[in-house]
Amino acid sequence: MSAPTGGVDVLADATGVDLDVIDVSSVIVCCGSGGVGKTTTAAVLGLEAARRGRRAVVVTIDPARRLADALGLDEGLASEPQLIEVASDRINGTGGPGNGELWAMMLDTAATFDGLVRRHADSDEQIERILGNPFYRNIAGALSGTQEYMAAETLHELHGDDRFDLVIVDTPPSRNALDFLEAPGVLARFLDHRLFRLLMLPTRGGLKVIGTATQPILKAIGRVVGSEVLADSVAFFQAFAGMETGFRERADDVVRLIRAPDTSFVVVAAPRHDTIEEAVWFATQLVEQGVGVTSAIVNRTHPEFGTGTAAEAAAAATAAGDAGDAVLALLWDNVAALRTMRNLELDVIAPLVEIVGVDRLVVLPLLDGDVHDLDGLMLIAGHLFDHPAVEG
Amino acid sequence: MPPESEFPLQSLTAARVVVVAGKGGVGKTTVTAVIARAASDAGRRVLVVELDGKPALAELLPDLEVLAISAPDALDEYLRDHGFARIAKRLNRTGVIDVVGTAAPGIDDIVVLGKIKQLERSGEYDLIVVDGPAAGHAITFLTSAAGLADAVGSGPVRAQADDVLELLHDPDRCQVVLVTLPETTPVNEVVETAFALEDDVGVQLGPVVVNGVDLGDPLPADDDVRGAVADLDQPSAHALIDAAAFRRSRRSMEAEEIARLAAELPIPKVTLPARLVAGLTAADIEQLAATLRAAP
Repeated sequence: MSAPTGGVDVLADATGVDLDVIDVSSVIVCCGSGGVGKTTTAAVLGLEAARRGRRAVVVTIDPARRLADALGLDEGLASEPQLIEVASDRINGTGGPGNGELWAMMLDTAATFDGLVRRHADSDEQIERILGNPFYRNIAGALSGTQEYMAAETLHELHGDDRFDLVIVDTPPSRNALDFLEAPGVLARFLDHRLFRLLMLPTRGGLKVIGTATQPILKAIGRVVGSEVLADSVAFFQAFAGMETGFRERADDVVRLIRAPDTSFVVVAAPRHDTIEEAVWFATQLVEQGVGVTSAIVNRTHPEFGTGTAAEAAAAATAAGDAGDAVLALLWDNVAALRTMRNLELDVIAPLVEIVGVDRLVVLPLLDGDVHDLDGLMLIAGHLFDHPAVEG
Repeated sequence: MPPESEFPLQSLTAARVVVVAGKGGVGKTTVTAVIARAASDAGRRVLVVELDGKPALAELLPDLEVLAISAPDALDEYLRDHGFARIAKRLNRTGVIDVVGTAAPGIDDIVVLGKIKQLERSGEYDLIVVDGPAAGHAITFLTSAAGLADAVGSGPVRAQADDVLELLHDPDRCQVVLVTLPETTPVNEVVETAFALEDDVGVQLGPVVVNGVDLGDPLPADDDVRGAVADLDQPSAHALIDAAAFRRSRRSMEAEEIARLAAELPIPKVTLPARLVAGLTAADIEQLAATLRAAP
């Protein structure tokens, strides 16, 4: 293990980071790997935006109860936006302009997809045929990328809703979270798929599903996966015929929104190699896609204790031990350990600093307790936006 | 105190296939590596299987056999081995595997589990440690066989699903080791996952590994701290007091969560100490493996 290379310097200029994204954006997308506090971060951004007088809605895909608990929602988060009333006093009684609102909801992938089908179908009969098809249910529930696509769709829906002026969305913790950037990608890839093209023959009236019997490859697939499964797939494509254009146009709208100048991307990470690597990957993709990272938040970094180095603390521990003061030696050892940990973490963060820029990266301290209520969220908001946490 | 597993290595490796599962960030890959290392050091023939295409395990276990299994490759191989070589070729060329996977969800999981079953049956290994999917996906990964057996009436994929179910239901052949951290959300999730796996999959659960527990030297009590720093300059005294308070508070939170886990999930636990690093190396894995092999 190489010695820490003075990671402290990495953040020497990181004071006064501009997180005004919550004032100027109409959409904030949080991305990052799982387990880094992405949902909590989204909630904190929403809380702070509301404190500043905005009407913010936080969409989470995380079914964990914790956010609901933290927001004081005994019944859990619903798939319709709910006003977080318990937060209102805190939001509007703390020196902000007042009138802020915090709303929250949970993404319901299947219901959102159903809504899209209803919007684009020509008839009730078509809706029924699609929604009742087992292959469709699998797509709505399980196709890789569907969750991201529906998160983008929900974002679009909320953006057009007059009740809100800021939508904060928490992306799924997967490597294809950036499918989000090209919402139609998932479906387009699917519809352009060779199997789809094998099944659909262009005719004068549009596309027409051909019979399975005429295609040896389909017969072969049927032998492997079972003929019922194949029949369901064919029935789905049949039912879907004619809806592709509507779906694509809607998806294009979603992409325009995601790429709009007042949409901001916040990459969230924890100070460990694996999550920083993911964050760097996300940030690089965002830059390559021409979107750019608005800011990065690294959660749960060990706080700073005093101004000295780890080596100085270790030396003080040795000196205290030599002088026979075991208690003092233990205490200095503890400081040395915590400083070493912080240095290692800052070293790990360095590549992310390099890509997003020192003035766009905030390092949040590991708290000495767990964040599970409104006080905890307010405390983080205080760290993040540099105002004293408001007492409850 | 939560019940600690008396012989952690034995209980963690009580079945030939050990699937390690847990939410992102809890140290699933670390635990996979530590179990494999400890078992290999104990003289067992170990194969490590990784499913997400990340090279971390090969780096952590430079001298062990690490096999990456991907769903398309596993499906291709399965079809070739079962007289469907021509279909395999065409399936590959047309790229329909993901469509097939959507038509019959879980088919990709089934072929991966089927490959693991085949390795287990080969007799070449005493132990196969699988770095499993993240907790949410762990349940679908392991329920895929039952789901597919319901959806598909016949054919080679159905036969594969039946074989996989047999593997999952035999506690001598397969167990799941869940990994968590001593924190609120990971503990909640591991409890939920454990019950879901028992109810929905009927797979044997091994001990739960509580990873990253601060097992450092006990810190002096608050009064002793203030006495000890009385002669120091103000900033140093503050640093020492705050650091001690911080560490104690984190530890008491950890102890609370470990106690809650013990109360809510009545199965044995194995504790792995936190390492003072931001990313583990092969040397760290060796040291953690040694703690696993030592009697508690």
